[in-house]
Amino acid sequence: MLFYFAQQSINALQLGSIYALIALGYSMVYGVLTMINFAHGDLFMLGAFACMLVALLVPVHLPFVIVLLLVMAVIGLLGALIERLAYRPLRSAPRVSAIITALGCGLVIENLTLVQFPYAQRMPTLFTSTSYQFLGLTISSLQILIIGISLALMIGLDFLIHKTRYGIAMRAISFDARTVPLMGVPADMIISLTFLVGAGLGGAAGMLYGLAYPVIAPSMGVLVGWKAFIAAVIGGIGSVRGAVLGGFILGTVEVMVVAFLPSTYRDLISYSLLLVILIFKPYGLLGRAPNQKV
Amino acid sequence: MTAFLSTLARQRWPLPVLVVAGFAFCLAAQFVPDLINGYTQFVLITVGINIILCASLNLVNGYMGEFSVGHAGFMSLGAYAAAICTTKWLPATPATFFLAVVFGGAIAAVIGFLLALLSFKTRGDYLAIITLAFLMIVKSSWENIPYVGGPRGVLGIAPLTTLPWTFFWVVATIWVLRNLVYSKFGRAIFAIREDEIAANAMGVRVREAKILAFVVSSFFGGVAGALFAHQLQFINPSSFDIVKSTEILVMVYLGGIASLGGSILGAVIFTLLSQALQPLGTWRMVILPLILVLLMLFRPRGIMGLRELPWFLPRRELKKK
Amino acid sequence: MQASMKIPHLIAGTLALVALAGCGDGGGPSVKIGLNTELTGEMPAVGASSKNAAELFASQLNAAGGIPIGDKKLPLKLVIGDNGAKADQAAAITQRLISQDNVLAMIGPDASACAIPASEIAESLKCPMISPWSTNPKTTLDTTTGKPKSYVFRACFTDTFQAGVLAKFVLNNLHAKTAAVLYDVASEAPNGQATLFKETFEKNGGKIVGFETYTTGDRDFSAQLTKIKATNPEVIFLPAYYNDVPLIAQQARRLGITAPFVGSDAWSSPEIIKLGGADIDGSYFCNHYSTQIATPVAQKFMNDYQAKYGQAPDDVAALTYDAFGLLVEAVKAGGKLDRAAIRDALAKIAKYDGVTGTMQFVPPSGDPIKSAVVLQIKDGKFVWVANAQP
Repeated sequence: MLFYFAQQSINALQLGSIYALIALGYSMVYGVLTMINFAHGDLFMLGAFACMLVALLVPVHLPFVIVLLLVMAVIGLLGALIERLAYRPLRSAPRVSAIITALGCGLVIENLTLVQFPYAQRMPTLFTSTSYQFLGLTISSLQILIIGISLALMIGLDFLIHKTRYGIAMRAISFDARTVPLMGVPADMIISLTFLVGAGLGGAAGMLYGLAYPVIAPSMGVLVGWKAFIAAVIGGIGSVRGAVLGGFILGTVEVMVVAFLPSTYRDLISYSLLLVILIFKPYGLLGRAPNQKV
Repeated sequence: MTAFLSTLARQRWPLPVLVVAGFAFCLAAQFVPDLINGYTQFVLITVGINIILCASLNLVNGYMGEFSVGHAGFMSLGAYAAAICTTKWLPATPATFFLAVVFGGAIAAVIGFLLALLSFKTRGDYLAIITLAFLMIVKSSWENIPYVGGPRGVLGIAPLTTLPWTFFWVVATIWVLRNLVYSKFGRAIFAIREDEIAANAMGVRVREAKILAFVVSSFFGGVAGALFAHQLQFINPSSFDIVKSTEILVMVYLGGIASLGGSILGAVIFTLLSQALQPLGTWRMVILPLILVLLMLFRPRGIMGLRELPWFLPRRELKKK
Repeated sequence: MQASMKIPHLIAGTLALVALAGCGDGGGPSVKIGLNTELTGEMPAVGASSKNAAELFASQLNAAGGIPIGDKKLPLKLVIGDNGAKADQAAAITQRLISQDNVLAMIGPDASACAIPASEIAESLKCPMISPWSTNPKTTLDTTTGKPKSYVFRACFTDTFQAGVLAKFVLNNLHAKTAAVLYDVASEAPNGQATLFKETFEKNGGKIVGFETYTTGDRDFSAQLTKIKATNPEVIFLPAYYNDVPLIAQQARRLGITAPFVGSDAWSSPEIIKLGGADIDGSYFCNHYSTQIATPVAQKFMNDYQAKYGQAPDDVAALTYDAFGLLVEAVKAGGKLDRAAIRDALAKIAKYDGVTGTMQFVPPSGDPIKSAVVLQIKDGKFVWVANAQP
């Protein structure tokens, strides 16, 4: 029984780390702009497709890390571009318009990809996975890789946010967006950087997801995107550590529910749990109630 | 032309005339065979259902300024309740259809009431999550209840949604919503949108207003769902997913928030464009959202945002203009 | 008041667009047949196959002059609608094809989830419908009475027959007494196939040790597969569509599950080989015809299809071709362009030699009596293993 639980925990770790990476993107953008970037799920999907294209178009066999960095850079730049074109003009418009624009951008990205790739595609095998038997548990090197890279990226982000000047600027903007430019900080650049990093993480998550589940289709961003959004909210949207926590919680809940109950109950219990958490902690586990001036 | 429209706008008779004429046309279409073909009827009924969905969501999202993404959940509650009514409990006749639709709306309203209670504690984006979670919970619940067919849904629903019934419900929805919006409660709802804490501090009964808004909105969402079920003759849980909710959101923001005329406009444009652009295949879903994005960039509140058709305004509002 | 000036123009423009979209038919007298298929969405490969086969049939028929009615021949005109593999869109397309385009009959949809709602509408509008690929029994049965529908037919066998074939194959050919099932609970065809397989397998002496579910769109099956692994089945039954199978197979193999996989006809698209790779090698599934034991009729179809489209036809293509063939047979037998006459003629077809074998319709059922084949995926190809007679 313990083995079964331990085996499922490994699955939970893998799923959780992917959700956490995507949730980070949502939380970062929300932190600086108080805006839910609904196009994020589709940027995640593009990460997987970008990886596939890189592997197909580049004639030499690139090392794994190079491909990952390339994908992160491409998707990050795309995210910053969308911010510049579609969100920046709407900074002074009602918040909801920005959200709807994000939704629209996501749909455009998804369907443009669908036009190009109407059929589901097979991800190239960048990495041959070997299965290890360890104390009666089966774990594959791919799982270790995914969990490892996710953790590395999260630690890197934490360092960025808490130990660098850019990070301080990002956090400052999330506290008070109007005062920051008055202090001589280029707010627009910091916001673009936030989108760059957030989208880059989403793209990385997409690539890792594509490696873990090698059949990719343009529609895969929607459901995973919404789930990661929920994970970000569970942890407290705007809080980077909260996003990581939320991602792992959601991944664990999903896997454990299927492990111990009929799998049809998975969504029901996951979302009911979410509701319960929100009733008791309306701003998420690590979130703080925003100060509201009247 | 402008002058003519202005004078027309200030008269009160066009609206009742349009309603009566519309109803007469619908009755004619129903009983005179081949007056309009089956597909056009189908599209018109779809437009009607979308108007009801759009207007009812506009009450919560537009007038009250919340961000609810769970409207498809209310639609599914109404659809299932009404479908079970006519397939398992009552015989399927036009008379029982009215009861079934009301029942569908009522079930949705009860759940809307619960959601309103939840909304007291949370605001803004957290409410969005709650509505999203609600949507997923409803969908998953249907999938797990064998009595309503589980994931395969309910089959063999009688095609009771006719053009006259749809028109009746559209008129009923707009009438109720319009009277609500220009009443004392409507003012309260608007105040919540502008600044909830200030409204509370001013003595506005925020809780009652929220409950009323959610309950009315979900009632008509349920009604639309009931009509939908009896048009398609088949429903399953995946007909009411996040994609459907997104479509309703698009209609609301396209037509204009806090505007009943805008809701009608948004629903009509969206439905007709959806059907007309069918031959484009996947490009349709690239163009439609692109139009939406451009619209948001140049007109963030929607085509008719925060403005209203003069015929819907009560006389006292008109005099101010 | 400028905005309100734009709005009437906006509405007028939209209505004009719709009007234009509605009309535009032109051409002389022809016989319109509707094709309702999954061109976009979850299974575009299925829709593409159907469309290709339909267009091949139409071009061949029209080259020979058209459909013979009485002593005349009228050209066949295809009206194609895309249902996006979604139930409500399938219903809307059915309405449009029958009421607005006034097709004589409708071929499709292929996926059971779409075919079932479409069949309800076709039945109430009294228009003949032939589904090439939908195997779920509900497509041709009336839900309230349980009796067969009058206007709905199919060109393939049903899941009831298929479940029997597969259960017996597992028990007798693979000599396996225990099996586990993993299926998509939210999708009509896999759901029905899983349930019927379980019933038939247990009725014939087998034992189902695991019966796990997932939902459409899921990617991670590790939890369900870990459960299944613990029960140690000899065979795993996976009635999933071609895009789900590769993921399930890969995750199962990664977890160390060595049992062979057995699938339903939902596997049949060649895409499954592109997407599945080595993980699905050695698996078995039930299909409607095999390119290796082709009759002369089938051989000719395969050659024509290969020549026109550069790839071998899959079963969806073959069944669509047969569905059209059946329809033309019925029109010839009925002698007039009347939906009721066609319906009556279809119900009585005693023997039709199609690409997918010999078919026979016995009133009042809309399901043909025909045989199935079991194929194995070996070295990236579909290899014929066994026949199964009704």
